[in-house]
Order: sequence, then C-alpha cells, then structure tokens
Amino acid sequence: MLKVRVIPCLDVKDGRVVKGVNFLALRDAGDPVEQARVYDAAGADELMFLDITASHEGRGAILDVVSRTAEVCFMPVSVGGGIRAVEDARRLLRAGADKISINTSAVENPALLSDAADAFGSQCVVVAIDAKARPDGSGWEVFTYGGRKATGLDVIDYAVSAVKRGAGEILLTSMDRDGAKTGYDTALLRAITGAVNVPVIASGGAGSCADLVAGVRDGGADAVLAASIFHFGEVSIGEAKAAMRAAGLPVRPI
Amino acid sequence: MQKIVLIDYGSGNLRSAQKALVAAAATLSGGFDICASDDPKVIAAADRLVLPGVGAFAACMRALGERTGVIEAMTEAVQQGAKPFLGVCVGMQLLAERGLEFGQTQGLGWVGGEVRPLTPNDPHCKIPHMGWNALEEMTNHPLLRGLEVGAHMYFTHSYALFPNDPSNVIAQVDHGGRFTAAVAKANVAGVQFHPEKSQSAGLRLLANFLEWRP
Repeated sequence: MLKVRVIPCLDVKDGRVVKGVNFLALRDAGDPVEQARVYDAAGADELMFLDITASHEGRGAILDVVSRTAEVCFMPVSVGGGIRAVEDARRLLRAGADKISINTSAVENPALLSDAADAFGSQCVVVAIDAKARPDGSGWEVFTYGGRKATGLDVIDYAVSAVKRGAGEILLTSMDRDGAKTGYDTALLRAITGAVNVPVIASGGAGSCADLVAGVRDGGADAVLAASIFHFGEVSIGEAKAAMRAAGLPVRPI
Repeated sequence: MQKIVLIDYGSGNLRSAQKALVAAAATLSGGFDICASDDPKVIAAADRLVLPGVGAFAACMRALGERTGVIEAMTEAVQQGAKPFLGVCVGMQLLAERGLEFGQTQGLGWVGGEVRPLTPNDPHCKIPHMGWNALEEMTNHPLLRGLEVGAHMYFTHSYALFPNDPSNVIAQVDHGGRFTAAVAKANVAGVQFHPEKSQSAGLRLLANFLEWRP
C-alpha cells in the first residue's frame, strides 16, 4: 500500500535558505543542502525546494543546490519557482531534481504542462495552485505571482484542465491558511481530491500534527507539505508520522 | 577495479543514479570506477551496465536508438559478455519486448513480456503510482539480499512490466493489485522503483547489484 508522504518545504533565495531549521548545530544553517541532510536523516519522504529568487541572474544558484543535494540525499526532490520553459525544467531534472512544480507559468502558458509531460513524463510534472476562497463562498479562485495576481480562474476547473494537459500531481496551497497555522483548508482539498485522479499535496496552514492528519483523513490528500512547523522544531518528522500512524493512516516507517 | 557504466541517453535521473551508485560503492570493499557514457566502446568495455530512465517508453527507446551503436554495444555486453545489467524505472521497462505507451513500441526484448498501463482495482489508488510502497512476494535473489518483505522503495510510474514468465519476477508491489517491482533473468535485472531515491534501502540494492555475480 502506498504511504502518505510527509514533505518539508524549504524556501531558497539566491541559493540560501530563507527560513529553515534553526534549532540544530549546523555548520551552515543557511545552506539548503545541510537542511536537506537533516530532513533526509529524519526520515522525510520527499523534499521540496521553492526557489523564490527574484533576479534572473540568481537562478543558476538553485541548480547548484539541487546538484549538491543529490550527492548526499537519496530521496525524491521537487523544485518549484521560476520554471518558465521546458529547458528550465530539463536543467533542474538533469541536476538531480525528480519533479518540477509549475505555478504562474502553467496559467499563463498552459502548453508548458503538456510540453513538459511529453518531454519528461507526467510523473515529473507538478502543477502548483495557489487558491483563495471567494468572498461569496462560491468556491476558490486561482492566484499567480506568489498570490499577488487574481486570475479569475476557478480552482476546480483549473485543476481538472491542468491534469488533462499532463500534470501528474497537484500541489494545492490555501492562501487563506498559509502561515496561519490553523490547519489545511480541508474543504478545498476535498473539492480537488474529488475532482482529479492524480495525487494531491496539501499545503498552507499546518500548525500541528492534528492538522497533518486532518489533511489526509478529512481532505483526502496523498501527501502533506509544511514548512515552519518542521523548521522551527514544533513538530518533528518522526512525530508527524507517529501521529498519522496513530490515526490509522499508512506511513513509511523511519 | 570494476568499471560501471551508466548509459547516457539524456535520461533525467542519470546524475542521481550515478551519485547513488558512488555512495553504494563506498560501502563496499572492492574498487569501482563509475561513469556515464554514450560511447559504444566504453559501454562494450564495462564490467557492469546500468540503464536509467524516466519519462515515456517510446521517447526513451527513441533516444537510446538515436545514439549510434549504443543498443548494439549494450546487447553484445549483455548477451555475449554476460555482463550484469540493471535497468531502473523506464530503463527496466525497456527490457520488455514492447511498450504500449503512446502506441506500440518495440523494446530490447531481453525479458519476455510487455509494458502496459496500471489499472488499479481500487478507485482510491491513483495514477501515477507515486510515492513509497513496500516490496512483497520477494524471492531470495542476490539483488534483494538484506532487504526484508516490507522494505519501502520510491515509485513513480503509470505503466508496469508484465513478464510472460512469472519466474522472472523477483519482487512485487501492491497498488490496487500486485505488479512487478523487480525482475531478473540470468545476468539482466530491472527495478521499477528508484533505488537512487529510496534512501538506505535503495543504496543497499545498488550495493547488491555491484556485488552480484550472476
């Protein structure tokens, strides 16, 4: 039986971790590779690097991060942020990434999903969707540019079309819950997991082990992604898995 | 010093597989020279070959065929030279006689059978089969030495190899029904999962491959 994946996410800017594990005696706490090693040793099931580098010149740094990570961590690594063309994806995959996560560019250039899926297979292609609840309660709207731009697109319709184009997985972030630590938006998760037949990663809002459990049990997520609760040591990967196991969810033993 | 050659035909997981082999070799006492190449002479001179692969069957087979002399060199090393060979993910699927992804494509044909889409009998089982899953129905093949039933490996695929001869299957996995996780036939082996992404269990399998004497 397939196991629920626990995925820590590291924000990386110009090759450095923006907010990361700060409670361990690391040689260089700002080095994403050091952080990746910590999570590898802790039994994380997968790792996500979100490249938030703003400048075009800084983009090469993530390739070096991915390549060095692949030397020491033998776990699946996904990379998101700034992927605008098939060639961007190819460079990341060649450096050692297993999946590439496409957000804004998938909205602006939907062919990118199908082109990437044709070139590398759907299993490499994650569509990242930033979703915000409509004020009138009529579902959720897709936002791009890190949540700055409303697209008018309905999240469910968009998710279905992205999968049709070739996305093999959905990284679904609730903008309403992101950073709030009040739990994943399980209604949003349910709406998407009920509409598509590819794995869905819950993101945005996890503040406790109970939230991780709810994302899977109530939201139907296949994987749970979190950043700050892992980085700040509020919840360890081991505790997260123990809580899921106690709730009857299948997890990979560490 | 054994020469291990990863066949370089533009596959995305080449580098990860190479690094994992280096890490696995570091756990062993023998000397290993691990390199990637698409040069038929280098492939022919290898002591062991590894064929990585991600993406679609047809695209991988085409990319392999576009490298002049690579398939011939591989075939000679495996069939005349009896060199140990490991296919990983699509690299394993290419061992089949044919693949049915995006039309029918001829494979290497070293393991009788075909590559077909997964059709889970449980609606909760999604496609791609993506994530960590446990090995089942393992034989005592040397490639699996030190790995117990229930060892978790990282899978990511929508198609699987269905061999004609069940005795070629050395491990299975369950995702709405059982299918092939690993195959072996004489000096040719393949794994559907990614050992290079399966932490200590994956490195163990790669170390077993480096020591395998079929």
